[in-house]
Amino acid sequence: MRVALFATCLTDTFFPSTARAVVRLLERLGCSVEFPLGQTCCGQMHFNTGYREHAKPLARKYTDVFRDYDHVVAPSGSCAGMVREIHPTLGESPPRTFELAEFLVDVLGVTDVGAWFPHRVTYHPTCHSLRMLGVGDKPLALLRAVKALDLVELPDASHCCGFGGTFAVKNAETSTAMLADKMTSVLSTGAEVLCAGDNSCLMHIGGGLSRLRAGVRPVHLAEILASTEEDPWRATP
Amino acid sequence: MARNPVTWLGSPTFPQAAHKALADTQLRQNLRKATGTIRGRRAAAVGEMTDWEQLRVAGEQIKDDVLSRLDTLLVRLEESVTARGGVVHWARDAEEANRIVLGLCREENATEVVKVKSMATAEIGLNEALEAGGVHAVETDLAELIVQLGDDRPSHILVPAIHRNRSEIREIFRRRMGVEVSDEPADLAEAARVYLRQKFLTTKVAISGANFAVADTGSIVVLESEGNGRMCLTLPDTLITVMGIEKLVPTWQDLEVFLQLLPRSSTAERMNPYTSVWTGVTPGDGPQKFHLVLIDNGRTATLADSVGRQALRCIRCSACLNVCPVYERTGGQSYGSVYPGPIGAILTPQLVGDMHDPQAASLPFASSLCGACFEVCPVRIDIPSVLTHLRAEAVEAKGRTAESVAMAAAAWMFASASRYEKAQKAGSLARFLARDGRITSLPWPGSKWTSSRDVPAPPSESFRAWWRKNRG
Amino acid sequence: MASSAKEEILARIRGARVPAAAPVVRGYHREGSGGVELFAERVADYRAVVRTVTDVPEALKSLRGKRIVAPSDVPDEWLVDGVTWLREPLSIEELDGSDGVLTGCAVAIADTGTIVLDGGVAQGRRALTLLPDHHVCVVRADQIAASVPDAANPPEPTRPLTFVSGPSATSDIELNRVEGVHGPRTLEVLIVT
Repeated sequence: MRVALFATCLTDTFFPSTARAVVRLLERLGCSVEFPLGQTCCGQMHFNTGYREHAKPLARKYTDVFRDYDHVVAPSGSCAGMVREIHPTLGESPPRTFELAEFLVDVLGVTDVGAWFPHRVTYHPTCHSLRMLGVGDKPLALLRAVKALDLVELPDASHCCGFGGTFAVKNAETSTAMLADKMTSVLSTGAEVLCAGDNSCLMHIGGGLSRLRAGVRPVHLAEILASTEEDPWRATP
Repeated sequence: MARNPVTWLGSPTFPQAAHKALADTQLRQNLRKATGTIRGRRAAAVGEMTDWEQLRVAGEQIKDDVLSRLDTLLVRLEESVTARGGVVHWARDAEEANRIVLGLCREENATEVVKVKSMATAEIGLNEALEAGGVHAVETDLAELIVQLGDDRPSHILVPAIHRNRSEIREIFRRRMGVEVSDEPADLAEAARVYLRQKFLTTKVAISGANFAVADTGSIVVLESEGNGRMCLTLPDTLITVMGIEKLVPTWQDLEVFLQLLPRSSTAERMNPYTSVWTGVTPGDGPQKFHLVLIDNGRTATLADSVGRQALRCIRCSACLNVCPVYERTGGQSYGSVYPGPIGAILTPQLVGDMHDPQAASLPFASSLCGACFEVCPVRIDIPSVLTHLRAEAVEAKGRTAESVAMAAAAWMFASASRYEKAQKAGSLARFLARDGRITSLPWPGSKWTSSRDVPAPPSESFRAWWRKNRG
Repeated sequence: MASSAKEEILARIRGARVPAAAPVVRGYHREGSGGVELFAERVADYRAVVRTVTDVPEALKSLRGKRIVAPSDVPDEWLVDGVTWLREPLSIEELDGSDGVLTGCAVAIADTGTIVLDGGVAQGRRALTLLPDHHVCVVRADQIAASVPDAANPPEPTRPLTFVSGPSATSDIELNRVEGVHGPRTLEVLIVT
């Protein structure tokens, strides 16, 4: 199957290991992955902050860049949600775009992707993957099938971590109060790895955990699913 | 035009108000406990309904139908109420509504009136207007009474005193009622019963709001729990009901939807203890004079906004407040409005109708857009979509700012892959700010982030650089 | 002028140009299946007293020695000996000073444990069921509708209606429910089978 990767600007720029993991994972599952270099950003930051007019050309660009693909996969529930739910309100008919877990379970029809990840992991379902896209338990089903992975339930998992894009700086104190509770939940699990399907939320919770020197590492779902006994996940600096 | 009293004069913007509220450990504790309790109870009450989604859709559609023919339905309501012996008044704004109600109280020579909890009267600042006109309004709902006796402001749509815990309530009762009472909720409820009993039995004029009004029959519906509503709606000689023009349903049958949606969403009960329905005046039973005051106060302007008008579907259940992570931390008073929480963040600025008002314009940004509010809304108001819509209005009203310049620059950069790639390369130089793979301090506005979170150091190579090198 | 506000509001509404709405789809359950047992269980959940009885006069003997209000048209057989029956006309003070009130109901709802009063036979005006602290309500099994849609369309909706679901209560203190505020603090439901 021919698949286009929409890396998202955040992952492309700050978390390249996640995008490389998506490529490795999808190729292992028999997909032919392409990365159209014309891609940049879905326009979510602009749209959600009130700059709708600036978001429009970015949505148009997205449609243009990906129009020839039957399947676009993004390692982000938030950006996939922006494309699927918001781009149509900006006058676009976007190509079929999936969040990674959805693509694996719904399109490829797999839950056991042959991964191996010998760590204690807790999973935070990000708001947009949960409520905009409705990915439900698909990421958890994928994680449960990972060999050697010790999955521990996150208390109050569905509560927002407080990121919210520019909310994190416009209402920094409220965002921090939400973050504090999320970190308390994460730390209560005793997990060494916090997993999520969005690097934005992981950057937020991970940034807080890093500040506390909490010793919990944020790792994107793609990187866990890409990890195998032969080619295990390694922390990238 | 006079300012809309839906917001409190002199309120700071949301971030400023939140700064203070977040530091109040008692408030944080009270809110955490109360919202946690009601969230669990609501989930159980809704969970036992197998047709909840169908009810939500019906609720949404009935309200949309009402909004699409509000003019004819209002005229129909007026005819029905008048035919049954009621008098209907129309008020364009808060000032006009207050003048009408005060005039009606004076006609009855009333110096004191009893009130059933009503958001509409809170929105128009009726109590203050009556007080200025020499009429004292006694709030009879327990939480409203706590707020009134505490010289406080409401912080929740359903439970205005949610920010107070039992021992704080005891202190207020001791001080203002002059009674010794324990902090057991049952004892506090008993104290309120004793305190208000004589008022109910002797006051001649009552003022209420309305949850619903049936256009076809002219019937008005009030849902409540304590029986204070029944007291006010039954015992006085004169009843004045103040109602937003959007509170209509077309027919009696429509109530079967809302009588299922509202109690479970609001108090998380299968049904609230008391629902009263009356139609005009009934000889020998209840008040023999009935006035219905229909208020606009910003609603028709809201109606004219194709995205924002869905806020007028709201049935004031407050489920969105109870699940909102922002509300849970900041409390309702931070919103500076009688309508706090997610619904307040979209309703208040629209009722105020002026995005140049910095307080009102700050409200649509008081959300992480997590979507929990939309998920629970019984009439399916897409609050996150209205929030982003209003953010755009706020941005437009502000004109050129440092932020708008930065946003325009970012949009220009993202519009071209080559500009974007150059920016990535330049940005990756920031890794020299990092120690041990993290950046702990950035200049403003990045400092807003690094005040509580580290930033990962940018990698030496972006994904696209890697792709070009290895796959390109 | 009073009419000018009306005209202006109506003009603003028309000026808003709201498009016609889609027809309402009533995909929710219009009919329930619950009966006496569910009704009894749901009423009891509100911490009301529920008794399933076959002989009403026998059951009402528990009221002996009390001053109980009875609407003018309750069945004669309910007026058992040993109770001081208070009959209309009654002042607010007399109602407030009574020990309780005995009524029937118009209809009841099993799903929600609700009693609907409409001022019809054996119910009296609204104040009668409000001021006495103890409300005894007789519900015949054939009056129990299964669901809210089954019951919420009364033949005469313009009568004053009161939907009663348990004793008076409040959730205003820490959002948890406690029973007993201004309305009757004891609700006793006699289900006649």
